[in-house]
Amino acid sequence: MNFKKVLTMWNNPILLNGLRFVLLVFAQVMIFNRLNVLGFINPMIYVLFFYWYPIKTNRPLFLFLGFFIGFVIDIFSDTMALHAMAGLTVAFTRPLIMRFCFGGNYEFQGFTFKNTTRTQRVTFLLLLILIQHIIFFTFELLSFSHILLLLKKILFTSIFTLLLCVLLSSLFAREVD
Amino acid sequence: MQYYLGMQRIISFILDYRNAFLYVFLFFFCLVLTMRSHSYHQSKFFNSSKWFTGSLLSAKTGISDYFNLAEENQRLAEENKRLRLQLFSRKSQPSSPSPLNSTYDITHARVIKNMYTSPRNYVTINKGREDNIAQDMGVITPLGVLGIVENTSNGFATVQSVLNTKSNINAKIKNTNYFGSLQWDAFDYSVVQLVDIPRSATLTVGDTIATGAMSSIFPEDIPIGVIQKYELNQNQSSYTIQVELFNDMANIKNVYVIRNRDRAEILELQKSTDNVE
Repeated sequence: MNFKKVLTMWNNPILLNGLRFVLLVFAQVMIFNRLNVLGFINPMIYVLFFYWYPIKTNRPLFLFLGFFIGFVIDIFSDTMALHAMAGLTVAFTRPLIMRFCFGGNYEFQGFTFKNTTRTQRVTFLLLLILIQHIIFFTFELLSFSHILLLLKKILFTSIFTLLLCVLLSSLFAREVD
Repeated sequence: MQYYLGMQRIISFILDYRNAFLYVFLFFFCLVLTMRSHSYHQSKFFNSSKWFTGSLLSAKTGISDYFNLAEENQRLAEENKRLRLQLFSRKSQPSSPSPLNSTYDITHARVIKNMYTSPRNYVTINKGREDNIAQDMGVITPLGVLGIVENTSNGFATVQSVLNTKSNINAKIKNTNYFGSLQWDAFDYSVVQLVDIPRSATLTVGDTIATGAMSSIFPEDIPIGVIQKYELNQNQSSYTIQVELFNDMANIKNVYVIRNRDRAEILELQKSTDNVE
């Protein structure tokens, strides 16, 4: 009985996304901010929030959420508003990326991620990650003398984030969608 | 009528692009926050020294610290050995001042958050205002200099690490009187740069760099690192020295916060001197 109750609870989008928000922030600041793979790679896995968020959105709310998830992570990691900037931009550009990846029909009734191919979904994730990383690292360094360092950081961190996100998203895939 | 129509157009334009406006507004807000911290201090309100972030980070460290206890014990034992040796050599020179008359107070703290991948790194420690920690106190590790306290809350503090492009610490080549300032170019977390060392200085790779006497933050002669390589700067007037740090910045647990009891007096004096001029 209780188990069934728990299951139906997950169909409440506010509860589900709220929990995702909190868990992703925790995972980011407690685990992934401290990985320091090869001495400089800290994957930014909270991009999954934008990947998992429902397709039909209240856009202003989504923008605020994108800003807020970044800002909370910023406070924990003393990066001022860099994550907020990245999250906000990802939230703003997401409809554009979706149209690019899934075609114009993603806005129609009845469209779900189930109707998409794996390639489409990974491309979607990759573009979200690229935008997030480009914004974050560009504004973090903000200097022309560091352009190689910037490219190196964007490239390697993006690859690592993509790998982790693909892993995590298949690990926590939802049966019902 | 025309005015009214114009107004309507503007309003409907804003409504049509309300998301874009919201985006630009929030982005601008972020930009201002970030730019301010590029040139001035870290924000007083949004930093990890606050109660909530501090407690969470220290809870996490409370668990993860157990994984390298042995290594950390070894490091502290090494430091004790070194200090013992200094103490023995001191006994033979009774003229040296006793530590009780020292102008410096030392507080021990533990690192609960350490980042070294960003160009502006901050370390968070588990001591704050209640332990008499305040802005602009020096922080050192058993091996060398770590940074300067920037923000404090009741129980926690953030430290601007030497691995911060804003960091600027007075340093010198040990046993000489050539002073310069220590900066970081954001490339390698084990190497910092000492600039403004005059051309007349004779340098050798492997020489020790230590804190200088020009600052009221650190005591003189706290080790920083060794000279890795050096070259003259663009206008050939002074050296830029690459300094390899003694600290492994990726692995810092126990630190000491140094408080100079005379600092207020020194600053006061400098201020009044400046005013006379």
